[in-house]
Amino acid sequence: MHMPLEDTLGRNLLAANQHRADHNRAHFDAWNLLCLNVMSSPGAGKTSLLERTITALSPQLAMAVLEGDMTTQLDAERLAAVGVPVVPITTGRACHLDASMVSGGLTLLQQRLDPAALDLLWVENVGNLVCPAEFEVGEHLKVALLSVTEGDDKPLKYPVMFREADCVLITKIDLLPYVPVDVSRIEAHVRAVNPRAQVFRVSAGTGQGMGEWHRWLLTTVREHAASQPPALVNA
Amino acid sequence: MHEVDMTRCLLLSLEEWKQEHHPHVPCVQVVHLQVGAFTCVEPAALVFTYGAAVQGSWLDGSELRIETVPLRARCVACGSDYSPEPALGYQSPCCHHPMEEILSGRELRIRSIDYTSPAVPADRASILSA
Ligand SMILES: Nc1nc2c(ncn2[C@@H]2O[C@H](COP(=O)(O)OP(=O)(O)OP(=O)(O)O)[C@@H](O)[C@H]2O)c(=O)[nH]1
Ligand SMILES: [Mg+2]
Ligand SMILES: [Zn+2]
Ligand SMILES: [Zn+2]
Ligand SMILES: [Zn+2]
Repeated sequence: MHMPLEDTLGRNLLAANQHRADHNRAHFDAWNLLCLNVMSSPGAGKTSLLERTITALSPQLAMAVLEGDMTTQLDAERLAAVGVPVVPITTGRACHLDASMVSGGLTLLQQRLDPAALDLLWVENVGNLVCPAEFEVGEHLKVALLSVTEGDDKPLKYPVMFREADCVLITKIDLLPYVPVDVSRIEAHVRAVNPRAQVFRVSAGTGQGMGEWHRWLLTTVREHAASQPPALVNA
Repeated sequence: MHEVDMTRCLLLSLEEWKQEHHPHVPCVQVVHLQVGAFTCVEPAALVFTYGAAVQGSWLDGSELRIETVPLRARCVACGSDYSPEPALGYQSPCCHHPMEEILSGRELRIRSIDYTSPAVPADRASILSA
């Protein structure tokens, strides 16, 4: 007997990834750390930003990095050189990190240190402006980078990424004198698709604008830690 | 390229649904998806990769049907609904307000599944599920 059935589901297409992402986040919350997912097109300056930011903030924050380099360990080596624990997640041909890849990275991280001792965990995603925005890895906040050399139309061409970001960093502003781009137009286009985003203009090369971004980070990490229920902190 | 990963993830989500029917394996005819226009999914590419990915699996022979959901937003300045246009910077045509409140267009949803359950006679289905 074959009975035709219809299940009305309304479940997310990415539900399987979502469940794993929620699981990762539950670990982050039990460890009382803040996890940031850093995304951009290839070469917008994710690793350079992390090198500079981690160097500046390591006296105040305990940090680690899950590094989603496509096929090489180059970025992981650059970050290890600034003295931060780095776990490379080699994604092969994948064009984004998903929650199970990050879960694998967490297992490796736990073999090296106690994550409960960390304040901040960085996830450097694969360089890609399209799909990383749709695949949550368990992060608390999404940080999107856009370098001034990419042109002011990118927030309109890749709106999902900039819409989903909690914080947008306009990077490489030291190059503004050399490129025919109006940084206020970049910022206006970011705000057009995401009026609530925190926007910073920075240069990891010269350090310009980095102070404001670092102050925001410190405040965000502290507020996040304070907002965790005490029961979870001790679990 | 990312449609391959999307499809893999869809298959995992369908696998989770299948587990709910354990020990029976439902025979799926159609998977109905709703895909928002404001996502990174290209429906035609997803249908193509789905057809290739299910071959030889428990979903072999099933069809993926995608309904596209348009992007709609609400102008928070005056409360009227509008269709954001990239050429206009997604702002509201009425008040030129940035795109704040999205009403639809972010869906990536398995709306429903048409299937038959081979091992469960109709008159016993309610007993088994009770
Ligand atoms: N002038 C200038 N160059 C920068 C800045 N930040 C990064 N760069 C350069 O931009 C290039 C790419 O930087 P990365 O930090 O490797 O960029 P990424 O986003 O990590 O790249 P992928 O991980 O490969 O996607 C390098 O040559 C950096 O030296 C900056 O603030 N100013
Ligand atoms: Mg990098
Ligand atoms: Zn776990
Ligand atoms: Zn991808
Ligand atoms: Zn209006």
